[in-house]
Amino acid sequence: MSALVATPVLVPLATVALTALAAGRPRLQQVLSGLGSLALLLCALLLLGQVEGGEGARLAFGNWPAPFGIEFHVDRLSAALVLVTALMGSASLLFLASDADPGRRHPLLLPLLHGLLVGVGGAFVTADLFNLYVWFEVMLICALGLLALGARPDQLDGAFKYMVLNLLGTLLLLISVGAVYAATGHLNFTALSQAAPSLPPALAAVLLTALLLSLLLKSGAFPLYAWLPASYHTLPGPVLALCAGLLTKVGVYAVLRLTGDVFAPVPALLPEALGWIACATMLFGVLGAAYHWDMRRILAFHIVSQIGYILLAIALDSAAGNRAALFYTVHHIVVKATLFLLAAMIWRYTGSYDLRRIGGLFRARPRLALLFMVPALSLVGIPPLSGFWAKLVVLQEALARGHYAWTAVALLVSVLTLYSMMKIWMEAFWKDHPQKGWSLPRNTRLAPAWCATLSLAAVTLWISFAPQALLAYAEAAALSLGGGR
Amino acid sequence: MKRRVVMLEAAAGPLYWVILGSSLWVLLRGHNEPGGGFIGGLLAVSASILWAVSHGSGAARRRLPLKDPLRLAAAGVLLAGFSGLPAWLGGQPYLTHLWGKLPLGFMEYKVSTVLLFDLGVYACVWGALAGYALALLELDEGPPEEERR
Repeated sequence: MSALVATPVLVPLATVALTALAAGRPRLQQVLSGLGSLALLLCALLLLGQVEGGEGARLAFGNWPAPFGIEFHVDRLSAALVLVTALMGSASLLFLASDADPGRRHPLLLPLLHGLLVGVGGAFVTADLFNLYVWFEVMLICALGLLALGARPDQLDGAFKYMVLNLLGTLLLLISVGAVYAATGHLNFTALSQAAPSLPPALAAVLLTALLLSLLLKSGAFPLYAWLPASYHTLPGPVLALCAGLLTKVGVYAVLRLTGDVFAPVPALLPEALGWIACATMLFGVLGAAYHWDMRRILAFHIVSQIGYILLAIALDSAAGNRAALFYTVHHIVVKATLFLLAAMIWRYTGSYDLRRIGGLFRARPRLALLFMVPALSLVGIPPLSGFWAKLVVLQEALARGHYAWTAVALLVSVLTLYSMMKIWMEAFWKDHPQKGWSLPRNTRLAPAWCATLSLAAVTLWISFAPQALLAYAEAAALSLGGGR
Repeated sequence: MKRRVVMLEAAAGPLYWVILGSSLWVLLRGHNEPGGGFIGGLLAVSASILWAVSHGSGAARRRLPLKDPLRLAAAGVLLAGFSGLPAWLGGQPYLTHLWGKLPLGFMEYKVSTVLLFDLGVYACVWGALAGYALALLELDEGPPEEERR
């Protein structure tokens, strides 16, 4: 049934409208939002089951056939990312029911969160270049709304920086989509991939470079990543986890889709440039993180650094590289969101995100300290956790392609990542609380938060101990892309 | 306290309905000629703005269908999304529109699910943009207790 293909957009869109209608009644709004996220999760699972066997599922809206109408196309790559999106949405909404840094309860909070899921889901399933731009716009508007909801001066400051740099990227994306349309007369992915080889090579390179520049800005790659650490830390915890997990990864997905599938094979200069950009992204992200003491800022800089690894995998420009990119993306979304959620729980227990003002949690909450180790060490890439397998597949392919310099940078960045994670662990858990006579706050309501983080950690552990399932899936996904043909 | 402008208030009464009527006409002619839900919605927003300038934004907000711009916009999104479902049940791709004819004696009027979609867009544009415009106009009016005289 092609009916399922539209659900990654339609289910959250219906939830947006229903939660907005119920804006005056918080309880009803929460019930609707919970039901909406569960429905999305169910649809994503069904969709994954449907595409796993074969070609993938297509839907031409309004029965206007491609290349004229707008198509959604779900293949293995899209289905996996939609499922992770639904999982992250459910986990963040569950976490929102706890009292760990929930932020101000604005009646528009839940509609905007689901609106974010609409944009992310749409970007993952669309098979139309202009439609892709529209979903980026939807994400931008919702993220901007979420940033500005609290109306604190620092949030408005962050929202302004976020808006200026992202609008620049959106404009560049729109201009380059227009230029692609002018050059080829197509926007549909399949039609583009057939029309691209007949373009003059120089023109194709210029068009693709413009597209990639705007998408790299959206993914927070070097040198235009400043908007990300400047704005993310002003968001409330669960919202931050959702944005951090998903938003930049949509940009990376679009880079992968365009270079590895639609326009594959790309001119040789492009992957080479992308590889160096990836190295700079890794390095500058991790160095920024080493400087900061606010947990949210440290983790935000690590998003940038990890984006570098995924871009590196894409820059390898091979089926094995694309496989590694998908594996890394799934691992990274789960781990990153867990880390932000755990940081919000640490905030609830100790009262601050600033590592200099907190401590003593190991004695008070040893299980939280152990739980934190799972995503933290996985992010670093300590075996046998999921990050180890993710880095292994990236670096194996980098070495096989003879990119020794890129491999060296990636290994160096891993060591620096270990330093940051250990900094958080030592400061928040191991050392004594700087305030004498500090004790845990009473009356915390953290059961939903434990539930959400434990299930995400369980997903990480599943990837860690049974990586073969995800690796095989990612391989099949990469082989069905244009780059693997 | 907002200053009253009697001439504007008197003119706004009939003009409000004239603008709303023409917005509906633009909405309905949109199938084959310039017009449709988006432009019709924009015209309806201008009616709301007229009412806000002459009688205050609170009064204009109470005049909206469903009494609230956010609810109006959300209902529009639901209606537009719903208009694609009948095709789905008939086994066709989502948003494939179904057409029928309504004999009126002197002419035949074409009815379709496209009209539902257009109505949804109309409500969504009216709600969303009127929400922005009324909130901005409110900034000039001072505290809301004063303008509700």
